[in-house]
Amino acid sequence: MLTIAVAVLAAGTFALRFAGPALRSRVELPAGVEALLATAAIVLLTALVATAALTRDDGFAGTARPAGVLVGGVLAWRRAPFVVVVLAAAATAAGLRLLGAP
Amino acid sequence: MRSMYRTLDRAVLRDIALVCLADTIVGLSYGAIAVGSGLDPWLPIAMSLLVLAGASQFLFVGMVAAGASPLAAAAAGLLVNARHLPFGLAVGEVVGPGWRRVVGSHLMNDETVAFALGQRGRDAQRAAYWVCGIAILVAWNAGVLVGALAGSAIGDTDALGLDAAFPAVLLALVLPSLRDRGTRRAALAGAAIALAATPVAPAGVPVLLALAGLLLARLHRASRC
Repeated sequence: MLTIAVAVLAAGTFALRFAGPALRSRVELPAGVEALLATAAIVLLTALVATAALTRDDGFAGTARPAGVLVGGVLAWRRAPFVVVVLAAAATAAGLRLLGAP
Repeated sequence: MRSMYRTLDRAVLRDIALVCLADTIVGLSYGAIAVGSGLDPWLPIAMSLLVLAGASQFLFVGMVAAGASPLAAAAAGLLVNARHLPFGLAVGEVVGPGWRRVVGSHLMNDETVAFALGQRGRDAQRAAYWVCGIAILVAWNAGVLVGALAGSAIGDTDALGLDAAFPAVLLALVLPSLRDRGTRRAALAGAAIALAATPVAPAGVPVLLALAGLLLARLHRASRC
């Protein structure tokens, strides 16, 4: 049963990944639609940032993680190097947890 | 592969390496958690090769460990992975034709898509997609392999702040696109929708609902014209 479930998840995930490129190869899209699809990916990634930063399961993610992402976001906005953004986000969250923040 | 490697900025390669390092640590933790919850080591190892999607793998293992039916766990994992369909529509041309489409599709994940869309020009996008995709494949699987075999040696990755690092990675990568007003409006509306839906919708669905943000931004623009 477990093996079948892993196979279902693997095959289904591959189908979801393959469907987009396969569809794109069959139809020539107008530039406007192409731009819209790129924007759609940015919308999805932004929603992932928001939900991953602020929520855990169905509830609020506490303070350490949102604070870490906020620090990273401000640094990214100020055009700090990527490495600085990521390490500052992790260090802020880890530091706040050391101090006892949830 | 080597020419793709050269197409990319050194800085981009370094950024990809950092993401891979974080992925390895999370992979270590995933392998250890899966084995610690009573699963045979082959299961997280095989899943990481064949599914190659961290969030859905954590959800699957968590549900099975909690006593859910494995097929229900697979269905929940597929819901979380449904975002790869719109991702694929966006990066379809970047992935390439023929066998590249088969292999490249398997390499698709949030970070790879974000790195690719962050580059200017098709060549740089393609190089970023493939280098990041292959690097994450190796890093993730290496981490999971060691984690599953070493068992419970790895503690809580939240203590390292990695749960804040991953959203920060994606945020840093999408931020340049968000400087465009129309994109920003759609993305912020979508994020608000996803947050509002999180308490009530199953995992994976809130992010998909965010696509309605595209519509809202369009309606807003149309009503102002």
